[in-house]
Amino acid sequence: MNYEILGLSALWFFLFAYLIIASIDFGAGFFAYYAMQTKKDHILNRLIARYLSPVWEITNVFFIFFFYGLAFFFPDAGYYYGSAMLIPGSIILLLIGIRGSFYAFENYGSRKSKLYTFLYGASGLFIPAAIATGLTISEGGFIRHENGSVYLRHQELLTNPFSWAVVFLAVVSVLYISAHFLTYYANKAGDEPARKLLRSYALFWAAPQIIASLTAFIFISRQNPEHYDNMLDLWWLFGISVLFFLIGIYLVYRERNYGLSFICVMLQFFFALLGYGIGHMPYLLYNEIQVTADATLPAMGIALLIAFAGGLLMLIPSLILVMRMFLFDAEYVKGKK
Amino acid sequence: MLTSMTLVFHIIFATIGAGVPLLICAAEYVGIRKRDPKYVLLARRWTRGYVIIVAVGVVTGTAIGLQLFLLWPTFMQIAGHVIGLPLFMETFAFFFEAIFLGAYIYTWDRFKGRYTHWYLSLPVVIGGGMSAVFITTVNAFMNTPQGFTLEGRTITSVEPIMAMLNPATPSKVFHVLTSSYMTSGAILAAITAFFILKYGNNAYYKKALKLTMIMTLIFSIFTAIAGDASAKFLASYQPEKLAAAEWHFETEKGADLILFGRLTEDNEIQGAIHLPKLLSFLSFGDFNSEVTGLDKVDEDLIPPLWIHYMFDLMVCFGAFGILISMLFIVFMFWKKRDQYNKWLLRAIVVNAPLAMLAIEFGWIYAEVGRQPWILRGYMRVAEGAISSPYVHYVFAAFLVLYVLLGTFVTLVLVRLYKKNPIQKEWEMRFPDTLFGGDQK
Repeated sequence: MNYEILGLSALWFFLFAYLIIASIDFGAGFFAYYAMQTKKDHILNRLIARYLSPVWEITNVFFIFFFYGLAFFFPDAGYYYGSAMLIPGSIILLLIGIRGSFYAFENYGSRKSKLYTFLYGASGLFIPAAIATGLTISEGGFIRHENGSVYLRHQELLTNPFSWAVVFLAVVSVLYISAHFLTYYANKAGDEPARKLLRSYALFWAAPQIIASLTAFIFISRQNPEHYDNMLDLWWLFGISVLFFLIGIYLVYRERNYGLSFICVMLQFFFALLGYGIGHMPYLLYNEIQVTADATLPAMGIALLIAFAGGLLMLIPSLILVMRMFLFDAEYVKGKK
Repeated sequence: MLTSMTLVFHIIFATIGAGVPLLICAAEYVGIRKRDPKYVLLARRWTRGYVIIVAVGVVTGTAIGLQLFLLWPTFMQIAGHVIGLPLFMETFAFFFEAIFLGAYIYTWDRFKGRYTHWYLSLPVVIGGGMSAVFITTVNAFMNTPQGFTLEGRTITSVEPIMAMLNPATPSKVFHVLTSSYMTSGAILAAITAFFILKYGNNAYYKKALKLTMIMTLIFSIFTAIAGDASAKFLASYQPEKLAAAEWHFETEKGADLILFGRLTEDNEIQGAIHLPKLLSFLSFGDFNSEVTGLDKVDEDLIPPLWIHYMFDLMVCFGAFGILISMLFIVFMFWKKRDQYNKWLLRAIVVNAPLAMLAIEFGWIYAEVGRQPWILRGYMRVAEGAISSPYVHYVFAAFLVLYVLLGTFVTLVLVRLYKKNPIQKEWEMRFPDTLFGGDQK
């Protein structure tokens, strides 16, 4: 069934886009708070606010796209994850609620407040951790059937080392991606102190990032050997990923080509996520939901794909317009507009 | 329960989110057109508050989107096959709006062309309106489902477009859009009227009030027309909802419209105003047409009868809005009366919460009116919900969040406008001209 594969690719793409965009956003919130605690906020805050203010809402949309896409292309997956994620999902929502609102209060309201920055920064680290539980659950073994309904085995989830490895990976990756992007952005803005500070963050988070990736990788072998074997067959994708990781770090270390280095970071995650995703096939949720068996009806699948293509036709030019206005407009980035 | 609480909270922000861009856009347009910086400044100041409202709207909206799956997994498993398309499209509309809202806010002084910046507001208005349209089609579908075949608990064939363009869609979309524009107009008018009462009048406030009141009048008239269309729709497609709202127990010709009153335990109506034959007219445009009563509805499929109060209050508050804005406009042209007299201004202030309440009551009426169905004729509410012991905790957590957010939003908005009164901002932006002096 072709539309399922197309739908799945679209989903995968949104997951990747969300990973990058949200990481920048979440990490920036944390760095803003960290800088405030270490009395370096005057260096960072203006830069971060200039980037984030026009785009933070867009981040949320990618998230909605992803879970709507998953649930509408594969309604059974929506049912299983929906039932199982009641608690983690609600926590994600509470955090997103706090974060979005206090971001707006902080930046469009009239008063800067430590409390707002704290709520904003802290929630930025908890959200990826909570979302990561979704990935953990997808490996299977955390779901219990009872009276015809589906429940999550919270106890197992919380005591399993694998789920903590995933959480650790999520948080560290957020900080790593974000620091790289902000270094690039600071460099573009010609903001020397911010660039230096952010570069040190980027280098600092490199080691934990790669360690966390490997740890999670190893734990998958215990949690879900089948998935692990599939991923080993795709070893070369992960090899490319590691290669890009090294290039990215090298470029930042040599203090040049920050743009290229950020592209390397993106490619690093692109290939890692690609390997992870292909290895995950054909299950959406291990041993419960297969891609082919549980997709939506063809008429709806095709309608969704048409809507999707139409939407992208409209969105991509708009996104380019906004990026040219804010991200790549040298005058704006430097704060002259 | 949790879904309704989230919805009640979200509707406040969603209504403003969909409606206010039109007013901002109009204000900026008038300002550019008349070369009057006061209107442009007005648009600018509204935008600032609007962003904060939108932010909260975004997070409550995200909450609803996800809660659909968390709290109604069984319902979504079936209906998800059919309503996926509009929900997906709604996200695109919202995306569109989000992109351009960011662009609009941060480019006030960047363009040379007079209209360039204003053009950016158009996608925001369209995106806001479209997301309201798409989401309303989903709700309309739940009232009059069509476009799919159900065998047992499996959907066997589906026509997404048919499902979107169901019989309830036109009247619902029309009613939702007009009422949200009306309410946004009423709210902005009320804020202006409040400032006039508190700080005295000036040219800026006069312009703001004139613009908002004209918009309120136009859209409240449209809302009334849309409401009438909705009633006619209900009479044909969902007679039990209309009958419950009007306590219309027996099917009869030339049915009375009942205003207010109280229902005793054995379903006797006390102290109500009967308007003879009006219900027939409201339903079919003919005073002698036959209106289906609750006697034709199965006992266990009758919606709760208290929705009558919701219906009455919605209509009354709506009528109040028309009256107030009409008075203001009449006084504006009729020189003998002062349109800025204190009582009228106070009424304008009161009108805003009433309009918002009318929206809430209208939604409660529409939603409770289709109980016990979640998918009318297909699935009952109880079959769609999740059964989990944790729901109570989740409910409590969200309640706390909403109370907190509600308080913070109010505080932040009040502070935003208090700290930066219009005179101060005017002098900062246009230091050479006196604020009171009109350019023309």
